[in-house]
Amino acid sequence: MIALSGVAKRFANGTQALKNLSFDVAAGEFVSLLGPSGCGKSTALRLAAGLLTPDAGKVLYAGGKPEIGFVFQEPTLMPWADTLTNARLPLDLKYIPRREANDRAAAALARVGLAGFERAYPRELSGGMKMRVSIARALVARPQLLLLDEPFAALDEITRNALGDDLLKLWCEDGLTILFVTHSVGESSYLSRRVLVMTPRPGHIVSDIALPFGRDSRLAPATIEAQRVISDALNTAMAA
Amino acid sequence: MKRLMDILLPFAVAALLLGIWEWAVAHWQVPPYVLPAPSAIARAFADNFSSLIDALASTLTVTLEAFAAATILGVVTAIGFSQSRVLERTLYPYAVILQVTPVVAIAPLILIWVGFERINLALVIIATLVAFFPILAGATLGLKSADFNLMDLTRLHGASRAQSLWRIRLPTALPYLLSGMKTAGGLALIGAVVAEFVAGSGTATGLAWRIVESGNRLEIATLFAALALLAFTGVMIFAALSLLEWALLRRWHESALSQS
Repeated sequence: MIALSGVAKRFANGTQALKNLSFDVAAGEFVSLLGPSGCGKSTALRLAAGLLTPDAGKVLYAGGKPEIGFVFQEPTLMPWADTLTNARLPLDLKYIPRREANDRAAAALARVGLAGFERAYPRELSGGMKMRVSIARALVARPQLLLLDEPFAALDEITRNALGDDLLKLWCEDGLTILFVTHSVGESSYLSRRVLVMTPRPGHIVSDIALPFGRDSRLAPATIEAQRVISDALNTAMAA
Repeated sequence: MKRLMDILLPFAVAALLLGIWEWAVAHWQVPPYVLPAPSAIARAFADNFSSLIDALASTLTVTLEAFAAATILGVVTAIGFSQSRVLERTLYPYAVILQVTPVVAIAPLILIWVGFERINLALVIIATLVAFFPILAGATLGLKSADFNLMDLTRLHGASRAQSLWRIRLPTALPYLLSGMKTAGGLALIGAVVAEFVAGSGTATGLAWRIVESGNRLEIATLFAALALLAFTGVMIFAALSLLEWALLRRWHESALSQS
């Protein structure tokens, strides 16, 4: 689906954010990009989305650039627009007729459990609900590739777990390809099939861990074991 | 009950002050050419009602035309600035120079250039110059305040610059613009009055001219009536713009929410 090959990126202030970053994500995979704050995960995600261009290396898409859905760490909604209008934004930008766009946005909101909230304004919603609107907006254009930048970092644990389960369900139902940036070992061990561990200065991948099946819940032995493996890889990389 | 008090109290204070004023003028026998009693001012207002209303209409027309022109010019210029950094860096200093130069100093020049035969146009231009800057400053800041991530999102979904402007930048700018417009509304009235003062005798027909004329004739009661009308107009402009702001922002913006 997408491959980054030998990518380097330097910020305007001179910081070398990424150097020789390479990884690929196959169609239908759920991959976590895990690392500490400031390791360049978000930059890598923006490069994957085409929002940034690399200084060196390439970002390649199999079969042309796919339709991409992007979820930010903050809900990033338009405060002046109701939930339906917010979820409809990608369709409006593509000049989809209003009636069809409304139907699709309402369906996307229903999928994330927000049926009946179409006319609510962002300020009337809780943090978790706002994030659901943000996910509905990312899904409304029927993306092949969903990119999420620490989407649950600002939420409480209960909401975070509920949203994580919903994300897994959406992934199973839609055959989406997901690249999920996180700094949570717990989240990555339960949600994803594969974990890419990143370290900073400059950001690059230090290990690529394929996780086994059998992680049916957050407390399943296989999930706990996955956490141990990921933590070990992270600790080894950070100590080096 | 509390809201009723909020409305009644200012009026009660006004009634009290007017009462004291009326009594003091009668008690110390203040001559009417120094300070007329409120009752005399009311009489002067009634006697000159139609001419004062005509003068108000003239001043108000200039004010509203200038306000509309300043809003359109300010928003269009700000949109230009938001689309081109070079344009902003090049032109913003001149906008500042225009703002800091006292309008009374430029007004005679504009009157000469435009010509006394087109006095109303000159008045509108002068008032527009006064009202322009807060609109430009507010709209420019607002258009630049758009959420970077939202802008990135529109880019990701292939939005044109016009689409990002319409869907993200302009709604973001609205509260800033309305704040600038509230300042500009009062300034347009001040600009219109100053312009009338500078334009001087004969050709100008607005409230400012009525004030000059009444002063020259020592008709101080009429002067006060014109002054009161001017103050009332200023308050009404501010109230109308506040209402507009509330109507546009009440569903989503913090500033409007805190009032409810």
